[in-house]
Amino acid sequence: WEWAGRQDYNLLVIGGGSGGLACAKEAAQLGMKVAVVDYVEPSPRGTRWGLGGTCVNVGCIPKKLIHQAALLGGMIRDAPHYGWDVAQPVLHDWRKMAEAVQNYVKSLNWGHRVQLQDRKVKYFNIKASFVNEHTICGVTKGGKETLLSAEHIVIATGGRPRYPTHIEGALEYGITSDDIFWLKESPGKTLVVGASYVALECAGFLTGLGLDTTVMMRSIPLRGFDQQMSSLVTAYMASQGTRFLKHCTPSRVQKLPDGQLQVTWEDLTSGKENMGTFSTVLWAIGRIPETRSLNLENAGINTNPNSQKILVDAQEATSVPHIYAIGDVAEGRPELTPTAIMAGKLLARRLYGQSLDVMDYSNVPTTVFTPLEYGCVGLSEEEAMARHGEEHVEVYHAYYKPLEFTVAERDASQCYIKMVCLRKPPQLVLGLHFLGPNAGEVTQGFALGIKCGASYEQVMRTVGIHPTCAEEVAKLRISKRSGLDPTVTGCG
Amino acid sequence: RLGSVRGVLVSSPPGRRARLSSPGTGRSSSEAREELRRRLLGLIEGNRVMIFSKSYCPHCTRVVWNPFNVFTYLSFYSSDDGANVQEMLSEITNQRTVPNIFVNKVHMGGCDRTFQAHQSGLLQKLLQEDSTYDYDLIVIGGGSGGLACAQEAAILGKKVMVLDFVVPSPQGTSWGLGGTCVNVGCVPKKLMHQAALLGQALNDSRKFGWEYGQQVKHNWETMTEAIQNHISSLNWGHRLSLREKSVDYVNSYGEFVEHHRIKATNRKGQETSYTAAKFVIATGERPRYLGIQGDKEYCITSDDLFSLPYCPGKTLVVGASYVALECAGVLTGLGLDVTVMVRSVLLRGFDQEMAERVGSYMEQHGVKFLRKFIPVMVKQLEKGSPGKLKVVAKSTEGPETIEGVYNTVLLAIGRDSCTRKMGLDKIGVKINKKTGKIPVNDVEQTNVPYVYAVGDILEGKLELTPVAIQAGKLLARRLFGGCLEKCDYINVPTTVFTPLEYGCCGLSEEKAIEVYKKENLEVYHTFFWPLEWTVAGRDNNTCYAKIICNKFDNYRVIGFHVLGPNAGEVTQGFAAAMKCGLTKQLLDDTIGIHPTCGEVFTTLEITKSSGLDITQKGC
Repeated sequence: WEWAGRQDYNLLVIGGGSGGLACAKEAAQLGMKVAVVDYVEPSPRGTRWGLGGTCVNVGCIPKKLIHQAALLGGMIRDAPHYGWDVAQPVLHDWRKMAEAVQNYVKSLNWGHRVQLQDRKVKYFNIKASFVNEHTICGVTKGGKETLLSAEHIVIATGGRPRYPTHIEGALEYGITSDDIFWLKESPGKTLVVGASYVALECAGFLTGLGLDTTVMMRSIPLRGFDQQMSSLVTAYMASQGTRFLKHCTPSRVQKLPDGQLQVTWEDLTSGKENMGTFSTVLWAIGRIPETRSLNLENAGINTNPNSQKILVDAQEATSVPHIYAIGDVAEGRPELTPTAIMAGKLLARRLYGQSLDVMDYSNVPTTVFTPLEYGCVGLSEEEAMARHGEEHVEVYHAYYKPLEFTVAERDASQCYIKMVCLRKPPQLVLGLHFLGPNAGEVTQGFALGIKCGASYEQVMRTVGIHPTCAEEVAKLRISKRSGLDPTVTGCG
Repeated sequence: RLGSVRGVLVSSPPGRRARLSSPGTGRSSSEAREELRRRLLGLIEGNRVMIFSKSYCPHCTRVVWNPFNVFTYLSFYSSDDGANVQEMLSEITNQRTVPNIFVNKVHMGGCDRTFQAHQSGLLQKLLQEDSTYDYDLIVIGGGSGGLACAQEAAILGKKVMVLDFVVPSPQGTSWGLGGTCVNVGCVPKKLMHQAALLGQALNDSRKFGWEYGQQVKHNWETMTEAIQNHISSLNWGHRLSLREKSVDYVNSYGEFVEHHRIKATNRKGQETSYTAAKFVIATGERPRYLGIQGDKEYCITSDDLFSLPYCPGKTLVVGASYVALECAGVLTGLGLDVTVMVRSVLLRGFDQEMAERVGSYMEQHGVKFLRKFIPVMVKQLEKGSPGKLKVVAKSTEGPETIEGVYNTVLLAIGRDSCTRKMGLDKIGVKINKKTGKIPVNDVEQTNVPYVYAVGDILEGKLELTPVAIQAGKLLARRLFGGCLEKCDYINVPTTVFTPLEYGCCGLSEEKAIEVYKKENLEVYHTFFWPLEWTVAGRDNNTCYAKIICNKFDNYRVIGFHVLGPNAGEVTQGFAAAMKCGLTKQLLDDTIGIHPTCGEVFTTLEITKSSGLDITQKGC
């Protein structure tokens, strides 16, 4: 099998999302001949979008923008406390917001196209599947087939929202996060099913925009995240008007003659059946990797039979040494844009730039953009206890009140910070959890500190910036073990 | 056995070692000697039992490990200037040998004499001897630093008094307990800044689909009332907190009358007097006036602005300090016509590139700048709330003069220390004659060993609330808690709450070049466009991030600068990382949080020296 020099490309990237594009651009920068194939299979509701993948089109970007719209609603309510006379009524026009958000997303799609062109990366809008371990077959929207071959292939096809399989009407009448950001009209009264961060973020901004919103969850919110923080996140949402149906699971969705959706669900606690009517039902019960149509078996690429994700090693290589997988499609990787980007870049540098740096997936910071934002890095309290033993872990915590909340008369009951440390001096910081405004901005810098191996003492020796929320992190004095009251006492 | 003595040996927890670091280099030897003497006297004054020892000396070990395991002692075996310490001690005590032991400020002698003193009962007597002073500590000034110090001392079991008295501003403004930050600084400033940001948010909100009446007006009185209510609750909170910790609070003006004695004068002119073993001066600063015709009569300062009972209207802000720019930014954000008169540079002491960017953003958003002018006269044209004032200003570069009419003139040209009218001369505490600031050593001690100072009045230190709090707390712990940790004034982060916030930590580019030379530095920078600004249609290529790295120290980050929304929230964590030795490599290895502003620092690629374009195109 003599392939060297006979392939069309040095590198072929399947999937034009954050990770794939980063990898392709980096490889092109290093002088390689690179192609990106990207194809968005329309959602069951028919929603489709341009180049850039989940983050740009149906993830981080539109999500944070609509979150911002919801936050602005809160600011409009705060404004009179600060002396602004805002004439009532205050209404929200979904159509106008959606158009603005969608226009911005489209500008990003365009930007990605231009960037690929600038770097001489060949872009194909085709749906790819493996023919053999060096060749893929791409099919255009019109059904035209193209064969492309490359020395190295990177799979970065990401994931798509999962629909429940055994619930009548779920697929016909339900939408997912693939659709919500592209709705032309307001979704109206909405049932969000699921307890993932996607579910809570969507429910949060819908509530913030004034819509009647209910979250239905089978078990715990934000599985995998610190559970104390998670319950504070939902407590705040409840205080802002999001309804929660806990320990409930839907069994049927029916369309009523007036177009409304009637949802039947089972209350797992009482065992009773309940019913409710909604304009929109949004499934946010998880995501499945986009591997089904890739014909991975033609190339001999192994997947995890349960998760359908592609098995990779520390170098991001699959079971076939010259085929790699990065981002949400790879088994055991955090499903986050910046990790995919960095993994893609580092992979290209290892392949073509004589670099040996492998991606470090530990201590990746992240933020959940719920109405009260939750930023975290490192271990949850549960994880720290499990790994090190309760007696070896010290947790410092505090409730605090953001200065801006005072005049606005906002309730700060859920503004809370927790630092999980080893108990033995110098009390290495294992995890930081921050619930409050601008949590992403607050968490980013501390993530570096944790990366540097910061100790509790070092963080405490950092002088605060007054008055900010972030300074509260540098003032965490009360340990959970002490049993002292961690609530704010006005000032100081 | 000395077991019975222990109960009174409350001054220090077990086995703490004080360490003398060598005084700063480049000073004359007489200065260094004076400094050393001051330190040693401070240690003797500050500790119930003070043992100077060498760690290898068996006699010292005998004393230390025998009954005295609850004292502070000092080992100068490893200290660089051990010989100097020994010499100074012999000068003070006529004893060259170690251990050299003091009990309750009385020189005991060596090991044998201390054990003799124990047998004779003298040691116990000395230890039980009650202080002859009314208080262990009197703190003058109830601001951030003073309160922190007082409360910490009280927690450590000391009898503490706080004296606080607000001399009304020339316009008659006065306020409650808590000092500048709470009453006329950070707190009301940030709340007014928030009011201005909400005005911007109202503009943005329409782009995000919110709809309401076109007419949005701002009501100054509603805002100030809400802010003042919050401040009152903070004043009350401070009172309560002092009471809970059994700190005596006296609302009187404190003046030293003799050593260890202070006179307190209340609002009615009634005088009382108190004594204390130790004093902490934390009187802070007040805004400076120009010393021109009409300034005290007609101008206001930041002392007055935040509780001004009427909207200031068209305002001239004089000065280019952060106070000036923050006030100007707030007033503009609330819709007022604002002009800033600047004598020379903006934000002196801050990174000048950042300062100019702060200024240019303000200029683009409606603030007018009059550069290189200084006011020479302020005249009242009309009385009222607000009235009308005529300001005459002259150029700093030529004979040109200009005139303007404003409703309000706000002076923000700097601040003066409140140290000149408190009898410091009576007890010989040195102040800088020119600035009024108090020079202290690295343990916040003045030249008079029992008098300490914290906060804005310190010479060459930072004027920041959290620094004063930290310094105050640590000072109390050193004085009364056997703690040795000193306040670290290096890499202190701060944020200027101008309309576009500016956060920084470490060195400015100018200072970095001065210290490390340009060729040894690499500066990485970029513009960034906050995601929230895109849909809002706000300026691209305005928010800016910059780090300064030392090439020859592993590209360590020695300066961090960010101009953008929530700069304070962004900067704090990076400051913590700088404490842990942040390098460029670590920044690159850290995963960003998407989409935030802070993540821009994890992807900085363009160096300033490359001259490459840093403008953002679309995405």
